[in-house]
Amino acid sequence: MIRVRFFARLREALDCDYLDVDAGARVSPPLSVATLRGRLTRQYPHWAGHLDGRLLCAVNQHMACSDTPLADGDEVAFFPPVTGG
Amino acid sequence: MVVVQQGDFDVGQQYRRLCEQAGEAGAVVFFVGRVRGQGADGVVRALELEHYPGLCERQLQSLIDETRRRWACQAVRVIHRVGRLAAGEQIVFVAVATGHRAEAFQAAHFLIDQLKTRAPFWKKEHGPDGARWLDAGANDARAAGRWYADAVVL
Repeated sequence: MIRVRFFARLREALDCDYLDVDAGARVSPPLSVATLRGRLTRQYPHWAGHLDGRLLCAVNQHMACSDTPLADGDEVAFFPPVTGG
Repeated sequence: MVVVQQGDFDVGQQYRRLCEQAGEAGAVVFFVGRVRGQGADGVVRALELEHYPGLCERQLQSLIDETRRRWACQAVRVIHRVGRLAAGEQIVFVAVATGHRAEAFQAAHFLIDQLKTRAPFWKKEHGPDGARWLDAGANDARAAGRWYADAVVL
């Protein structure tokens, strides 16, 4: 499984802290951040408007990009541009 | 040193701890960010600060490492609070000790500029008419980008 986490405005918009996505060896083609995002919007069409291009992404607590590959056991996080400080 | 915490911090105590690590460094510059009582849309009663534990501390440490590569720092300290903070409360403490004042000012300025655009914190503003998530500001992105000579600043 891959754990997908959402933060801040995105978490509230989706009404979801996290979900687990099947990522076993039989998943083909192999998942990347971009294909995971596509899979989520196919599964939850009403999320499409929220999972748009401006979001940032991290994989296993390192900043990542669309073509970052994913493997079983990974933690993926999507979040809006940051506003701390 | 990086700390993300709910509780407040004592600037005097943090300054003394920095000095303990800084040896005989000639200059200390620190910055404290506080909850502004006046936002773009009116009165702010409180801010709610959310973060991504783990990635947040890692990003802050990597910003400190980058700061140390640019300037010879004897000590660097970052404290950032999370949770609900009322107007006027302290949010963030960034402190740098170096040999001379010019690099202390620059290093502290660099660090807070990068923190604002690269550390995973998010602010939700609470006012008399309800709450709203703040948008990342173009000014903050410009401030962070100007430290990189080859950056495309829009």
